[in-house]
Amino acid sequence: MSQAVAETTLDGANRSNLPAYDVDKVRADFPILSREVYGKPLVFLDSGASAKKPRAVIDAVSAVYEGEYANIHRGVHYLSVRATQLYDEAREKVRAYLNAAKIGEIVFTRNTTEAINLVASSFTGQRLREGDEILLTELEHHANIVPWQLAAGRAGAVVRASPVDDDGLVDLEKFEAMLTSRTKMVAFTHTSNVLGVVTPAKEMTRLAHEKGIPVLIDGAQSAVHLSVDVQDLDCDFFTFTGHKLYGPSGIGVLYGKSNHLEAMPPYQGGGDMIEYVTFEKTTFAKPPERFEAGTPHISGAIGLGAAIDYVNALGRDAVAAHEHGLLQYATARLSDMPGVRLFGAKGEKASIVSFLQDDVHPHDVGTILDQAGVAVRVGHHCAQPLMDRFGISGTVRASIGLYNTREEIDKLADSLHHVKEIFG
Amino acid sequence: MLDDLRELYQEVILDHGKNPRNYGKPDEVSHRAGGHNPLCGDRIFVYLHVDAEGVVRNAAFDGRGCAISQASASLMTEIVSGKTLGQVDTLFRNFHEMCTSDGDVETDGSLADEMDRLQVLSGVRQYPIRVKCATLAWHTMNAALQGEAEATTE
Repeated sequence: MSQAVAETTLDGANRSNLPAYDVDKVRADFPILSREVYGKPLVFLDSGASAKKPRAVIDAVSAVYEGEYANIHRGVHYLSVRATQLYDEAREKVRAYLNAAKIGEIVFTRNTTEAINLVASSFTGQRLREGDEILLTELEHHANIVPWQLAAGRAGAVVRASPVDDDGLVDLEKFEAMLTSRTKMVAFTHTSNVLGVVTPAKEMTRLAHEKGIPVLIDGAQSAVHLSVDVQDLDCDFFTFTGHKLYGPSGIGVLYGKSNHLEAMPPYQGGGDMIEYVTFEKTTFAKPPERFEAGTPHISGAIGLGAAIDYVNALGRDAVAAHEHGLLQYATARLSDMPGVRLFGAKGEKASIVSFLQDDVHPHDVGTILDQAGVAVRVGHHCAQPLMDRFGISGTVRASIGLYNTREEIDKLADSLHHVKEIFG
Repeated sequence: MLDDLRELYQEVILDHGKNPRNYGKPDEVSHRAGGHNPLCGDRIFVYLHVDAEGVVRNAAFDGRGCAISQASASLMTEIVSGKTLGQVDTLFRNFHEMCTSDGDVETDGSLADEMDRLQVLSGVRQYPIRVKCATLAWHTMNAALQGEAEATTE
């Protein structure tokens, strides 16, 4: 991934070649950003949890229900054919967004979590034997831990975690040393949801592949901020979710190499995933339909397609440059504040700053910021093992979206003074 | 805005949050339980020494949490010491009601002073997400007295 990261973390010379990024115009596309909380302007720095939706996505979802909705893959009637076409177009948009080789490699799921569970169950779970290992990293979100524990538990296998250093950076030597003949699966985040640290995903994938071990990359955070190219990464599976990418909630994506998907048994049974059913035997549809049992989130997929169109129209490089500038600004401002301790502020980063102020508990900081209209995430961020690694119970996390501004970063920093005023 | 926040973070709370009383596991313990708030990952333990007459001789706690939960646990251990189990149960129910309902809480006249002291935590009513911070210690103590090992805010 180093190459792709280099493309998105543009230096000053490259940035000057980009068209000017008009953040005010971008903000006008997001109706919710104009609302107030407690009579103050909303300063939304929690897009890493779930991003706001642009008018284009809201309208696309409404337009489906108002004018083109029907169930897909069923009817011979006009609207069913039309809805199926829109759903398939959305899948193609996702394929292009990830630069997957084939459209059949894109499976729609509910979210990243379901995509990981699908792989843990239908791929890894089929191969695990007693004593086998699944290798993760200490950075992982619970969604990239628990599904593997469930699969490992059923087989008598073990989940292990490759260590990170005090800055949250993966130690590649230790990672490589933990890849053994017992390792049957490697899964890791592309961007830490707590620290924003970008992992050397391409190199980690190469090291695993050298030993013949398949790799899943959790792209829940990275697909929003980096230009992901699954062929360049060469990962076996890549997962992300629509709602962090300015699309609807309830729609996620599993990319899987076609040779794997072709060989995998279904995850759930039902309609839409079969070729032929008798009470004696059922033959299954080819991927991706094999993994999409039942009526899917039709409007969600179409909304995700609209979100991808929206981001592409802004320009992914331009968005990345804007976010990167804000990240650097936020890091610099917070670093200058007495009593603020940043976590994971080194190395390749994407759009997240995590910190503590003095010895004040993150929930108290969160409440005080909230009263100033500043929305951040506080707590363990569904990554308790990483909190244990740092010996803390949680952090305050500000995550930056394509609509955030320098003024909002200032508001965050200025509002932290209230914490000092209250707690002394 | 700061006035609203000071209503929540009153001096008593800041004081107990920074310097919690009865912190640490005592030698003599008859009832104990762990309490967990899955939302924030905070975890506390409550230790009680209840004598044969059903009077709380000593109450203590340890663990980590926000200013609200630490202060609430600290105040609780001070207040329940010397109380009968019946009084502790009444305090638990009255405190819970105080944190979750808007109206005045009807209380047993003999416990009016204790409820007055606990009023400093009533500010959480305006912050629904923080109610669990204030009630965690009390739920944990109640679990200990019921013979349960674990209390959770969920």
